[in-house]
Amino acid sequence: MTNDTAPQKSVGERLIIALPYLWLVAFFLVPFVIVGKISLSQTVIAQPPYTPVLDLSAGLGGLIDFFGALSADTYATLAGDDLYLFSYLKSLQVAGLSTAILLAIGLPIAHAMARAPARLQPFLVVAVMLPFWTSFLIRIYAWMTILQRDGLLNQVLQGLGLVDEPASWLSTDTAVLIGIVYSYLPFMVLPLYASLHKLDESLLEAAADLGCPRWKAFWLVTVPLIAPGIGAGCLLCLIPIIGEFVIPDLLGGSDTMMIGQTLWTEFFANKDWPVASAIAVVLLMLLVVPIAAWEALQSRQIREGR
Amino acid sequence: MRRLSRFNLVSLALGLAFLYVPILILVVYSFNGSRLVTVWGGFSTRWYAALLEDLPLQEAALTSLGIAFVSASAATVLGTLAALTLTRLGRFRGRLPFAAMVYAPLVMPEVITGLSLLLLFVAVGFERGVVTVTIAHTTLTLCFVAVVVQSRLASFDRSLEEAAMDLGCPPLKTFLTVTLPVIAPAIAAGFLLAFSLSLDDIVIASFTTGPGATTLPIRIYSEVRLGVKPEINAVCTIFIAVTAVVVILASLISRRTERPAAG
Repeated sequence: MTNDTAPQKSVGERLIIALPYLWLVAFFLVPFVIVGKISLSQTVIAQPPYTPVLDLSAGLGGLIDFFGALSADTYATLAGDDLYLFSYLKSLQVAGLSTAILLAIGLPIAHAMARAPARLQPFLVVAVMLPFWTSFLIRIYAWMTILQRDGLLNQVLQGLGLVDEPASWLSTDTAVLIGIVYSYLPFMVLPLYASLHKLDESLLEAAADLGCPRWKAFWLVTVPLIAPGIGAGCLLCLIPIIGEFVIPDLLGGSDTMMIGQTLWTEFFANKDWPVASAIAVVLLMLLVVPIAAWEALQSRQIREGR
Repeated sequence: MRRLSRFNLVSLALGLAFLYVPILILVVYSFNGSRLVTVWGGFSTRWYAALLEDLPLQEAALTSLGIAFVSASAATVLGTLAALTLTRLGRFRGRLPFAAMVYAPLVMPEVITGLSLLLLFVAVGFERGVVTVTIAHTTLTLCFVAVVVQSRLASFDRSLEEAAMDLGCPPLKTFLTVTLPVIAPAIAAGFLLAFSLSLDDIVIASFTTGPGATTLPIRIYSEVRLGVKPEINAVCTIFIAVTAVVVILASLISRRTERPAAG
């Protein structure tokens, strides 16, 4: 590397680093610390609806009072009520299942894109990206129209004589899965396509020449080589799906809520900010491992790109 | 030789149909004359006419466009600086936590980002409204801009920059005359991505907004929760048409500008 690795940097370089750095510290890191702090507070009916409120004007005495008043009550509430546990489990189940479906649907699509004539490939990439650019809310709304009781899906199924009376699709787990798979498909297909696109096809030809069947070559040659793409696609879907709110809220039923909905309800309906914060903290703990894996994959990609 | 097998063709056709048929149905039913969204009552543009009367909706759309424009502009500047930091400035203390802060928001569940930003604004006593939503969107989208620009910077031949500097060109001038023209399409793509993400966001905006600052998605969301309505189909169709035109134009422009550089 010929770039400047010396610790001393010019004023201009420092400014380039400082601007986004300070912005992210102020609006990404510090907010998390505040969430942690409020999760250790008590709920009160006031504005803001939690206590203690840090009063810096009271000096050191105020600071001691403040730390003395923190408690782990909210976490006891979370542990004591099955509602929260079921919510977390439900989210993990939905996210795991939908990521598996996404991989199963996304892989053949990405594979076909990578094997299409080179001229066509940029258009296919735009075609897969385009729905992602149109509003996500619109795409969920489109499925509401299709899945509702007198909606298109039931009309088609009845028309074909497959069902006698309209089934209720809306407000079911199936509807949530359809909505999630539909919304996240580009996030799965594009990383897979990116790594399949770079794949050296002579490796597969070599395998074929040596008498390896196509499916076996795919499993033994392609899959290990595109593993980073598979990892990126799965994490890019799995992590946000666990905390998904809008899709289960519009398409799902009211019997079991995903954790994002529980957090939303605690915050907006019950006005219980400390419990909502504690839910966020526990959710973040659950996501530490997959997020760390995601970070590692991303940093590796930059190093390879150089 | 590249040839698509039958399996490849079927996967592509089914995949694209899955992606586009629901949107197509939505568009078709926006021209439905019947109030019932599921019964076809002949071609009509009455729902578009109804939109012209819906002043709160228009106001929400203007609010959203304003927030999207300002936050995408700020995010483009900050995100480009972040990408330069990650790819061009070598090692410095605190590089690893910086990289972590750039990549984490891309996958962070929106409810967590929204809640944490709201609690920040409450803690410092900042009044919530258009400004807080704009700050929140800038924070989220700058990370997307950083990733798009950074991938272009990583694949860009550094010897061009080094040659300019060896010939005595100062770093700022090198950046403006050599680097910037090459990464301009990525910066433009980053801006568009930031703009559309901001225009699309419900969760973070719901947490960080205040009285008098209803964005278009929040407005549509509150209507959609109550059920399917033909007016909403019309709004969505306009939205889809605008984004489709912008994205197709943008990809044409970026192809045109990239070709001479590649050839």
